[in-house]
Amino acid sequence: MIHENDPARAGKHELITFSVGQQDFCMDIMLVREIRGWTNVTVLPHSPADVLGVMNLRGAVVPIVDLSARLGLGACRPEARNVIIIALIGRQTVGFLVTAVSDIVSAAPEDIQPLPQVGGTAAGNYVKGIIASRHQTLRVLNIDMLAAAITEESEVA
Amino acid sequence: MRSGKLHLTPEILRVFYRAADRLADLVALGADDEMWDEPALRRQIDEILALSCAAEPAAASPASPDDSGDAAADGDLLAQFTPTALDFSFVPPGQEAAAFRRHRITFAPTAELFANGHEPVHLFRELAALGELNVEAQLDAAAAWDADAPAIVWTLTLDTAQTRTEIQEIFEFAEPFAEIRIEEDGHDPAGTESGTSGSDALAPERAPAPGAMADIASNDPVPIDMQPLSTGPAGPARGTEQVDAPQGAADRAQPDKAVKTGSRATVRVDLELVDALINMVGELVITQSVMNQSIVEAGLASDRRMASTLEEFRTLTRQIQEGVMAIRAQSVKPLFQRMGRIVRETAQIAEKNVRFVTEGEDTEVDRTVIERLVDPLTHILRNAIDHGLEHAERRRAAGKDPTGTVTLSAAHRSGRVVIEVKDDGGGVDRDKVLASAIAKGLVPANANLSPAEIDRLLFTPGFSTASKVTNLSGRGVGMDVVNNEIRSLGGRVAIISEPGQGTTISISLPLTLAVLDGMIVDVGGQTMVVPISAIVETIRPQPSQLHWIGPEARMISVRDLMIPVIDLAAVFDYAGGSGALEREGVLLLVENDRGEQRALAVDRIHDQRQVVIKSLESNYGHVPYVAAATILGDGQIALIVDLDEITQGTPALPTPPQARKSA
Repeated sequence: MIHENDPARAGKHELITFSVGQQDFCMDIMLVREIRGWTNVTVLPHSPADVLGVMNLRGAVVPIVDLSARLGLGACRPEARNVIIIALIGRQTVGFLVTAVSDIVSAAPEDIQPLPQVGGTAAGNYVKGIIASRHQTLRVLNIDMLAAAITEESEVA
Repeated sequence: MRSGKLHLTPEILRVFYRAADRLADLVALGADDEMWDEPALRRQIDEILALSCAAEPAAASPASPDDSGDAAADGDLLAQFTPTALDFSFVPPGQEAAAFRRHRITFAPTAELFANGHEPVHLFRELAALGELNVEAQLDAAAAWDADAPAIVWTLTLDTAQTRTEIQEIFEFAEPFAEIRIEEDGHDPAGTESGTSGSDALAPERAPAPGAMADIASNDPVPIDMQPLSTGPAGPARGTEQVDAPQGAADRAQPDKAVKTGSRATVRVDLELVDALINMVGELVITQSVMNQSIVEAGLASDRRMASTLEEFRTLTRQIQEGVMAIRAQSVKPLFQRMGRIVRETAQIAEKNVRFVTEGEDTEVDRTVIERLVDPLTHILRNAIDHGLEHAERRRAAGKDPTGTVTLSAAHRSGRVVIEVKDDGGGVDRDKVLASAIAKGLVPANANLSPAEIDRLLFTPGFSTASKVTNLSGRGVGMDVVNNEIRSLGGRVAIISEPGQGTTISISLPLTLAVLDGMIVDVGGQTMVVPISAIVETIRPQPSQLHWIGPEARMISVRDLMIPVIDLAAVFDYAGGSGALEREGVLLLVENDRGEQRALAVDRIHDQRQVVIKSLESNYGHVPYVAAATILGDGQIALIVDLDEITQGTPALPTPPQARKSA
């Protein structure tokens, strides 16, 4: 228990958990640059439906992705209480619109159960595992896949 | 030659360049402590001697590089020159330049040197690292000691394998504040004081020829004056510059460009620091306009003091921005010099006589732009010589000077830099181009193209006019690569060809990659930026001016010219909706690089201002019809319209991978 907050020693990752729609997700906290409230974005013409637009993050132009729509959970209606998680994936900065950020948990790699193959739903593609505990089921996002998909689509578009 | 007695012929030039190359090789070899190819060198020296002797039989001090391959041929040619004694007192340093040499350095610091925090000891220490150093201080003047006026003059003797350049680099920062004199002792460590009268005058021109012309000539030491150091690789090549093209070899033989600024003090800064500064200034500009806007919105702008302070702040910000941009700007001269070399090499391979003319070398362009221009320009120049210029016989037959001319020019034109490569060759062979394009399936066989459109085909991917693969072109990299490269710099390439008269390829580039003068407009409820450079005029159209052509297309007649109207909101598929013209919108008359005009319908013009360009590609990707993004005064992002893409008709939109948002 002493090591709970020391992921390096326990071989654990810290994960940030957040809710999208009615479901709970998590991602590696090291990818997260910052969390900020919703501000108006500039719509990108001819972009995929889940790319809400771009916003100004201290001088950088950052695309904002509606995670709910991307995961096939229906479009999220952006509101002031929604949250944007700014993640740095490789050299690419992307913002994900989520319903709310809830907690930071630490989990060892063995805590993550691989996702059983249940058919190629959008969510299935972007979730690489599940952390099940007594109170909740956390879906671990495959961020690399998400980022790749965003770039790919923008190139097609 | 410099005194105009020996006229420059292409043969001699070539010889000189070969000699300059040899010198550069020698220096490189020497630096690596390797042996040079003695026989080859000897041969070349003989050739040089042959030439100069032929040129100036009376002159006792011959020292001009040449090549015997041409020497025989040159003999006749040179015999025509008046054999006057040429004051050519060329005193090259010995061949040992590359090996250990003794440098005698006189170092007389001024008060400023110390005031600027320099300390001679550090300099000496660095020198000592180069070789064996002996320091002597002359204390004569020190008797009349004055704390504020340094009186000690040092004489340093340094035995080193390093070139003079290296020594100069050590003194680079101290140079403006001290009198520095470096003398090389060559073979003769004793004869230092001489600094012969004749060679003094010539010194600046001959200076950077370490290991030059080898062991032909005298043992005299060569005094080098730090201040007016030239960049010429060797005397003769330098001489060519006045007659003909700037020499590209300079870059090779004389890497230390910084010194050439003469007495002006310079600072070397890491490029990243400058870039970081530019980014921050960009932020400052944005913050400034955010502040401006919020003050106006808060109704405080009417306060007179506030208004004037605000105005002052704005001017300052702008000035800072311009100043920072100027740091990155560089003259195109080094680039042009490099190109001069490429032209000569190409001409030699293509066996064509080419006169290379450069204009506007002092034009300043952003550093990044210069770097990225090298490949496209090389390609264009090679094309111009290989394909553009005809062979001498054909030129003669056409009644033209058998020597072709290729002009490379740079100029500032309405906020952009225009670089032109002009040849006086045969122009684009349009029949051949069209036939080739049809054969390659790039255009339909029955296509009816205008001459300009045919010229434009050269830039189509997969097109290459070279009927045979030569050393120079036809390696699969076509003009389309040039086009792409220039476009990625925010520039455009245009081609103008006149059959029998030649071809001009002009590259128009933004001054910097970071800022753009834009018109802020409202398009279907979204704010967008249209580059002002392309806007010809703005029109509030009268209904009578507008004409429907079919159900979709619309034209506006401006001074009896019918111009297609493009509804921007429709192009971008904005929910605010098309039909700006129905809502009393405004038309922006824009012109693309092919001189075609289009009228863009927008809802409203807000403002006109300089915007900082932010890439969309780095975090997202390409957006159709959008060149980049920028951040407006209110912190919101606005998209910059890509006029080229919009005016190029309507390229087919790719089918979306999934349902498009109806935004």
